[in-house]
Amino acid sequence: MTVTTREGSSSLPQPDTAPAALAQALVNHSLARVDLPDEPLATIQPNKSWSAFNGRELWAHRELLYFLTLRDLKTRYKQTLIGVVWVVLQPLLMTLIFTVFLGLLVRVPSAGLPYPVFVYSGLLSWMFISGGIIGCGASITGNANLLTKVYFPRVLLPAAYLGTKLVDFFISSVILGILILIYRVVFHYQVVVTWKLAALPFIVGLMTLFTLSIGVLVASLNVKYRDVGVALPVLIQLWMFTSPIVYPPNLVPERWRNLYSLNPIVGLIQGFRGALLGTEIPRLALAVSVIMTIILMACAAFIFRQTEKGFADIV
Amino acid sequence: MKPIIKVQNLSKEYRIGTVQAPYANWREALSGAVRIPFRRRNGEPAPRQETIWALKDVNFEIQLGEVVGIIGRNGAGKSTLLKLLSRVIEPTTGRIDLYGRIGSLLEVGTGFHPELTGRENVFLNGAIIGMRRAEIERKFDEIVAFSEIEKFIDTPVKWYSSGMYLRLAFSVSAHLEPEILILDEVLAVGDTGFQIKCFNKMQEIHKQGRTLLFVSHSLQAITRFCERAIYLSDGRIVDDGPAKVVADTYLGSGLQTTAEPLPERKWDDPQRAPGNEIARLRAVRVRTEEGVVTGMIDIRRPVGIEMEYEVLQPGFVLAPNLHFFNQERIYLFVTADNDADARHPRPVGRYKSTAWIPGNFLSNGTLVVNAALTTPEPTIIHFHEIEVVAFEVVDSLEGDSARGDYKGQMPGVIRPKLPWTTQYTPSPQAEECLVGEGSVV
Repeated sequence: MTVTTREGSSSLPQPDTAPAALAQALVNHSLARVDLPDEPLATIQPNKSWSAFNGRELWAHRELLYFLTLRDLKTRYKQTLIGVVWVVLQPLLMTLIFTVFLGLLVRVPSAGLPYPVFVYSGLLSWMFISGGIIGCGASITGNANLLTKVYFPRVLLPAAYLGTKLVDFFISSVILGILILIYRVVFHYQVVVTWKLAALPFIVGLMTLFTLSIGVLVASLNVKYRDVGVALPVLIQLWMFTSPIVYPPNLVPERWRNLYSLNPIVGLIQGFRGALLGTEIPRLALAVSVIMTIILMACAAFIFRQTEKGFADIV
Repeated sequence: MKPIIKVQNLSKEYRIGTVQAPYANWREALSGAVRIPFRRRNGEPAPRQETIWALKDVNFEIQLGEVVGIIGRNGAGKSTLLKLLSRVIEPTTGRIDLYGRIGSLLEVGTGFHPELTGRENVFLNGAIIGMRRAEIERKFDEIVAFSEIEKFIDTPVKWYSSGMYLRLAFSVSAHLEPEILILDEVLAVGDTGFQIKCFNKMQEIHKQGRTLLFVSHSLQAITRFCERAIYLSDGRIVDDGPAKVVADTYLGSGLQTTAEPLPERKWDDPQRAPGNEIARLRAVRVRTEEGVVTGMIDIRRPVGIEMEYEVLQPGFVLAPNLHFFNQERIYLFVTADNDADARHPRPVGRYKSTAWIPGNFLSNGTLVVNAALTTPEPTIIHFHEIEVVAFEVVDSLEGDSARGDYKGQMPGVIRPKLPWTTQYTPSPQAEECLVGEGSVV
């Protein structure tokens, strides 16, 4: 006996005629006997912890991170004509523009690499970092409906977004491989694979943590001050041109070079290029990136913790 | 016996007043930070840091298998308590010990994404409400069968009808198996069938020996499903005990504590009148057409609810609005002044706005009124007085009301007298049938 209610039905069934299926389904998972544990399974109290990154809790929610990432991946290019092609089209088109204007017309040097390979490798890491920061920054405000209804470590939202950027990053890296291959076959240009390649996972990991830290910081600020979201694209644009994306760092005059290396992006981008394409990895700049990442992570963990208490009230 | 939920000295404080807008901007924050030290030095008062305790020193224990209803008016702290239990917000002080897995359904279908298919959303929503992936995989067929949308499970949910969407969302929730389940009454929205599913689910949960916490405005729902009720008012527990007893306390308390002369409330001291620096409420009255202030209204006669308020700052669109509840605190309707005057900024001065409810519209019984003054877009609520006045609608048995000549109990929350039309086509056999004994249906 099943009573189905259809939309627009005007009859008002009485509660007694409810679907038996539901009753059955629930009886099936009936608790046979419950022994309450001696210690509480969970205690809710004012959280005194200083950091928003609680390893054990994050681990317990790893499946949610997976599903949130999957959601962001699946929905991002829905209702677009060419879908995932956009992921590689964006850096490729920009590479084309920069190659024509900076590489061919202005003749910007490119550290001994073909200019398109040089600029594409920079752009692909830069787009990961900048896209990650902007997306993580919007992830809290964009998921207000979740924040006010369910508990989970809030930091999963920016992390899930970054997960999708990481997937983009790998897809674009494949294109880089193809680009190198084309240069090898057509122009007989040899990319030297060196021992430096071993540093690649470390560099990518560092880049991810760096982006996550800034993204989380921006996300905390964005909840309270929406100005952040408006100002961010401009700042990101400025940051791009003060980083060695479309030009090599040795274009910067010698005496300014140390100051220039304080930009943590220098170490990340040059490190990525060096590991993959065998150019020089600047030790000092990379050390700066490591230190900055550690400091930023601590700041992000602390500030996010301070603001996450209020998320459900503000968003 | 050991409790499954133990709540000790639980309090939640909200800061209001200093942050006017839901979010400030850089400029305000910066200028504020610069100004504060100077203000202190100049002897100006520090900005008023108004705080309210949404919950204050709440203590209770819930045993395994209990079904507990939480009642209270708007703003009593019910939602705050629910949100604390579901960890959406953090307590200011106190602690909650949970001796069982808690599942909280403040809504169904949290995180459903319109672009994703039913299948994808089942996994996403399941993970969000706290199910393991393996658990969802195991129950997947059951969830889909229960939602009765097998055919559309691989269709994006944006193409679903609202009924299908709710069924799928509810189905996922129904397969969460926590030892403690927290349900918000907002769950009980949707079509009748859906409400029945909700209520049936609650009864089944009870039969299985699970613990259930249920928040509602509806006393009917509470007394029907819960053995025990907790009555919250102003963030404190007023009463805690058998649901029927607590429900009586709740019903009795409202009118005695708020309104002394039921049909009229006045604030002679402008400082104490509800409102802000823009507008203040000065009086609310229940009037008949003749202008008499009375708490007894003939069901056939119109009744006017008059709001008297003072506008202290010009430039605001001010829409007075009144909210009507019956004795069971069922929300009957809301009415707002939408006339041209109310849509333009009102100049400074004293206003009297009256809403007229026609005769032969309300049901008999006690009506309780909330009065508010609102600026739309961006919304500013200048005041919202809960249960400010109340009046009794008295039925008539003289045959000219909606009940006609019927003398029995009339159900329903309103009782409009409606025009009826009847069309009659004489049947050719009608005359013959009149003679015969067989009844024609």
